[in-house]
Amino acid sequence: MTRIIDARQLTPVTKLFRLDAPLIAASARPGQFVMLRVREGGERIPITIADYDRAAGTITIVVQEAGATTRRVCALEPGDSLLDVAGPLGSEIDLPAGGHVCGIGGGFGSAALLCFMRERSALGDRTTAILGARNRDLVILADELARVADRVEVCTDDGSAGFHGFVTQRLAQLIDGGGAGRPDAVVAIGPMAMMRAVAETTRPHGIRTLVSMDPLMVDGTGMCGGCRVTVGGQARFACVDGPCFDAHEVDFDTAMRRNKAYVREEGIASERAACQSGRSGGHASQAH
Amino acid sequence: MPVRRTDKTAMPVQDAQVRAHNFFEVNGGYSAAHAAFEAERCLRCQHPLCMDGCPVHIPIRDFIHAVAAGNLPDAARILRTANPIPSICGRVCPQESQCEAECSMGGRFNPVAIGHLERFVADWERTQALSIEPAITRTQKVAVIGAGPSGLVCAGELARLGYAVTIYEALHAPGGVLRYGIPEFRLPKAILDWEIDMLKAMGVEIVCNVIIGKTLTLDDLTGKLGYAAVFIGTGAGLPQFLGIPGENLNGVYSANEFLTRINLMRAYDFPNTDTPVRVGKRVAVIGAGNTAMDAVRTALRMGADEAMIVYRRSDEEMSARVEEYHHAIEEGVTFHWLTSPLEVIDDGSGWAAGLKCQRMQLGEPDASGRRRPIPIPDSEFVLPVDNVVLAIGTTPNPLLTRTTSGLAVTAKGCLLADDATGLTSKTMVFAGGDAVTGAATVILAAGAGKRAAHAIHANLQPSA
Repeated sequence: MTRIIDARQLTPVTKLFRLDAPLIAASARPGQFVMLRVREGGERIPITIADYDRAAGTITIVVQEAGATTRRVCALEPGDSLLDVAGPLGSEIDLPAGGHVCGIGGGFGSAALLCFMRERSALGDRTTAILGARNRDLVILADELARVADRVEVCTDDGSAGFHGFVTQRLAQLIDGGGAGRPDAVVAIGPMAMMRAVAETTRPHGIRTLVSMDPLMVDGTGMCGGCRVTVGGQARFACVDGPCFDAHEVDFDTAMRRNKAYVREEGIASERAACQSGRSGGHASQAH
Repeated sequence: MPVRRTDKTAMPVQDAQVRAHNFFEVNGGYSAAHAAFEAERCLRCQHPLCMDGCPVHIPIRDFIHAVAAGNLPDAARILRTANPIPSICGRVCPQESQCEAECSMGGRFNPVAIGHLERFVADWERTQALSIEPAITRTQKVAVIGAGPSGLVCAGELARLGYAVTIYEALHAPGGVLRYGIPEFRLPKAILDWEIDMLKAMGVEIVCNVIIGKTLTLDDLTGKLGYAAVFIGTGAGLPQFLGIPGENLNGVYSANEFLTRINLMRAYDFPNTDTPVRVGKRVAVIGAGNTAMDAVRTALRMGADEAMIVYRRSDEEMSARVEEYHHAIEEGVTFHWLTSPLEVIDDGSGWAAGLKCQRMQLGEPDASGRRRPIPIPDSEFVLPVDNVVLAIGTTPNPLLTRTTSGLAVTAKGCLLADDATGLTSKTMVFAGGDAVTGAATVILAAGAGKRAAHAIHANLQPSA
């Protein structure tokens, strides 16, 4: 059992949790994830570690209501517990230090930039966070990121805050020398379509770009092979070889198709979870 | 005196047509009368060869003698002293290639049903009130990594020797392959749970959701956590893939994923449980080992109309237990021998719709000693299937070795460990089971765990 210390609603469907997890906090690195389970009979789902505080023995995760399990997590409050939290799993984001690093967060993927940007700033990198959302109410953690990154840029599809347009448009401006200037490396974490668009934006410029893949996963320790992602023509396991991979080598078409394998079942489970928690509606997809 | 009867006493089994659609155990188990009747067949050899065939050298003659004499407490004690998990081994061991292969009754007659008798005694023991007390008599504590067969046995032996033992398990429930891999119809979870409860009663602590190599390092265990010795029983859980086109289509599973979804995550009870699995009308399982048999029979029970084995060699080279093979035949599994998969065909929407195969013939023996399959030209054909399950083997999980310095591994990723003791390249770090041998059997893993426990004990004893 892992106790929830803090919980904060970030958007109507996104919630931040600080968990009492001293062993995980002690060894967590940016880019890694935990596998969690809410209840007996529940799924094991991967959730990216947004941040960690070794001294306090806590980790922070951000969960977006999407499927049955995330719905159940988001119904929890401080003092409640998660049934199982195992981690940290996966490899840390592997980039050489020095230079200008741009972290791109799509939707609640922005959360995963927290520890990454802080660590890169501490290493002496110049850090820029670009946060994308449909509108201003869905932008998360901009203030927190402003404290750990040199610069935070917000992009909204409807122009209700920051740059009016997609993160890729703003990224293109940076690459052309606008704003904080051309990045030496880009790390994109968010919806698959956004990550693919980022990959296509940096590809012609040869900028090292990593994306954090979130395939369906059962165990998270390399055992099931369900999370295989085709990278450079090779099958790689996101849980042990990733979750971050070279964006220019990732086969996004296959990855997006594989993630839709259980859309029907997720819908059924999600509806049941909604009924059980007294709420309704919603489509299903897995959390990042 | 032994009674000469040519045939084994038959194991009561669930009707094949019925059991093909449920997860209840196939074998019903001997009654006391069955067991006594079968035990009488044992010749009580002066030099029992069966014992040599057993990887943990159970005094088979003696426990069977006790059964024949109606002394079940003695039989149980003899059995459990030699093998800490008899109710599991009695169910899943390949007896035909181990103890029963050496039985003096073999050849002219059927060998004594040693496995069935082992299971009977262990199951009888489970009905008795046990008064196990933790008997931790030593200050030194030992960590075990992985709660699969080798880890459980190692922990049990060490607890018996008085050590405080902690097992660290990465998943949320202990058992390893016994829980996520072997299906309920072959090894009911209640039996596994009972064996694990026995360990807990002996004082073994089991910590789940801790991944050694990630949550804690191996050096943390021997360092700041103060374990005097560590046993690594992390198994060989990394699934292999064929590398053929279409392998990443939806509906293609590794056997580990397929079985984990169903056995560990209880996908058969979806949507009461949250983890789904998609089993279509026609399921092809590639491979012919025990895992392949488990997967193909599970597919039937999950509602497949046709579940088939596709294997590039012949039934002669199949590595599955004979009993499971026969059970699979009875349940209606179909077999495509000498058939090699070439490609998984896309249905046009990203799901598997067929398996393109090629017929094979057997040539000269290869490095494995088995006759090598050779493709027959122009023999390609397509099996229409909705699912493909790959059960072509596993390799040791690299998670621990990648994050531990000084832990020597072979080219295949197996841990290097001394045969007799399990000692690795690191001081007071021992290993055994599939992590050392590559994918093998439960009893070999159990034997390695037991040997390592005694080696650890020998190393921790203050020198006289």
